Amino acid sequence: MSTPLVTANPQATALHSIAMSARDVCARLGNVEVLSSVSLQFPAGCWTSVVGPNGAGKSTLLKVLAGLLPYSGEVLMWGQPVTTLKPKARARQLSWLGQNEASADELTVYDVTMLGRLPHQPWLAAPSAQDHAAVERALCTTQAWQWRSRTLAQLSGGERQRVLLARALAVEAEVLLMDEPLANLDPPHQTDWLLTVKALAASGKTVISVLHEVSFALQADVLVVMAQGRVTHQGACFEATTHRALERVFDQRIAVHHLAGQWLALPKI
Amino acid sequence: MTGRSTDQYRRAWLLAIGLLLVSALLLLVGVAVGSTGFESVLNLQRDPQALQIVWEIRLPRTTGAWLSGALFGLAGSVAQGLFRNPLADPYLLGSASGALLGETIAVVLLGVSPVAAHWLARIGLTSAAFIGAVAAVMLTLLLAKGVQHTLRLLLAGVVVGVVLGAVSSLMLLLNPDIMQAMQSFMLGSTAFVDWTACLVMASVLCACMVAAWMMSHVLDGLALGESTAQSLGLNLPQMRLALIAVLALATGTAVAQTGLIAFVGLAAPHLVRSVVKTTHGRLIGLSSLMGAVLLMSADILARWLIAPQELPVGVLTAVLGGGYLLWLMHRQTGSGARVSGL
Repeated sequence: MSTPLVTANPQATALHSIAMSARDVCARLGNVEVLSSVSLQFPAGCWTSVVGPNGAGKSTLLKVLAGLLPYSGEVLMWGQPVTTLKPKARARQLSWLGQNEASADELTVYDVTMLGRLPHQPWLAAPSAQDHAAVERALCTTQAWQWRSRTLAQLSGGERQRVLLARALAVEAEVLLMDEPLANLDPPHQTDWLLTVKALAASGKTVISVLHEVSFALQADVLVVMAQGRVTHQGACFEATTHRALERVFDQRIAVHHLAGQWLALPKI
Repeated sequence: MTGRSTDQYRRAWLLAIGLLLVSALLLLVGVAVGSTGFESVLNLQRDPQALQIVWEIRLPRTTGAWLSGALFGLAGSVAQGLFRNPLADPYLLGSASGALLGETIAVVLLGVSPVAAHWLARIGLTSAAFIGAVAAVMLTLLLAKGVQHTLRLLLAGVVVGVVLGAVSSLMLLLNPDIMQAMQSFMLGSTAFVDWTACLVMASVLCACMVAAWMMSHVLDGLALGESTAQSLGLNLPQMRLALIAVLALATGTAVAQTGLIAFVGLAAPHLVRSVVKTTHGRLIGLSSLMGAVLLMSADILARWLIAPQELPVGVLTAVLGGGYLLWLMHRQTGSGARVSGL
């Protein structure tokens, strides 16, 4: 496949402005080309989910968008190349939640979440009342407020993930990038996460997530399907073409069904 | 302010005040301990020799032990935060051996005595030790190919430490005339600390403390992982270099005055964290105080245990610190895999 088949959602592009876009982005990890000329547009105020098999380049795409990996091509934010933004200004606009990152075992939940406010604080300044309020909001959203004086070492994997999510929310950025945010979360908190993200999108924030749980990914507004470092499809989650692209990229081993007003991806047996 | 963990905040202050009080107490004890015993303190007014012993020997070396311990404690907390490794230590990263080699080279080439009292010689030796410490850390990082791999980093540090230590020993072997004096530096001793050395250490401690405190939020950010820290807008490459410089300066200065003293830098941050969970801004200061108290008490113990003879304090900290390290590793075996990030 020489040219990626990109079908941008015409509805989304017409209604919304573009928060982030990638133009001909290539990235390598060592000698392996992990992204090959990816071009994408992420509509503002929408939740876009990126799915694909292992090694499709999903996490790399997210890291490139966050400016954490070197790449060739262009990444734009609100129409401007992200490289023209100062790191701190970019950090205020764009919050990133990684997977399997080291966690600060010895820091308290409150201190960890406060780190999300770093981009807003002048150098050497103590946290302002605004910062404290943002941290409290974020911790309440992920229901982690009651552990605020515990250290991360004293929490379980799922509880920890909720704190790290709160840290990402505390930035209160316009664009949120989340890599596997559902890792270790139990079903009720997966649902909570879903509601949080939907509320964020409804309030005008742009959310881009990489998800392994295809059924959760189908709850998004827009789905990006990736395989082998290329984008094979981009479209609204309710469209039949998107579902077919999804089944194709997973070798027809899953099937998308409609149930109780939601789209579900079930294993094909 | 409702959200701030006020309990930890209070603990941090209590610990700081406690450590300062213990320091003051130990200073009094340190002045009273020595080959001529407590009598020298009692005879201060009448006996000029007693005054000299207390003012020229006991007080500077006790103060020096405090300052050197503070430098090691500071270096330890910076190293552990910077390398995201709870076992990082100025000694384990090879920087202490590098500092010693720097000092040995300076002593051999310039022909100054390692116990020289002149301030110019002091600063010269300190600079040589600093350069040696920087070079050793760089060599360790080069061998470990970065800081990501904890085990590789520690192994590289050990290798660099052993090799540089061997080079120092070889240089001493070829220059037997300085062997005697350098021997105590290899073992770690406060015996040669005078007021000049104290002044050098105090000024470096102040500078390093301010610099480390100004960059403490970088260490906090790094605790969340490198990518997250970068996504928070922190300028990592530049800050990392600056923090390595602080680490090397603190280690080099301490080693140049008191020699190789192991494990104080490792133990101090752990002891602080076992009492209070706080961000690096406070951890650095508290570790510094903790290191100071540790080395000061070890020094007093070393002078008192087999009095009127004395043990090199480095031997004592190696034995006590080694035991502490073993206990720490034993305690961490449960969560060790996660902590070491392997």
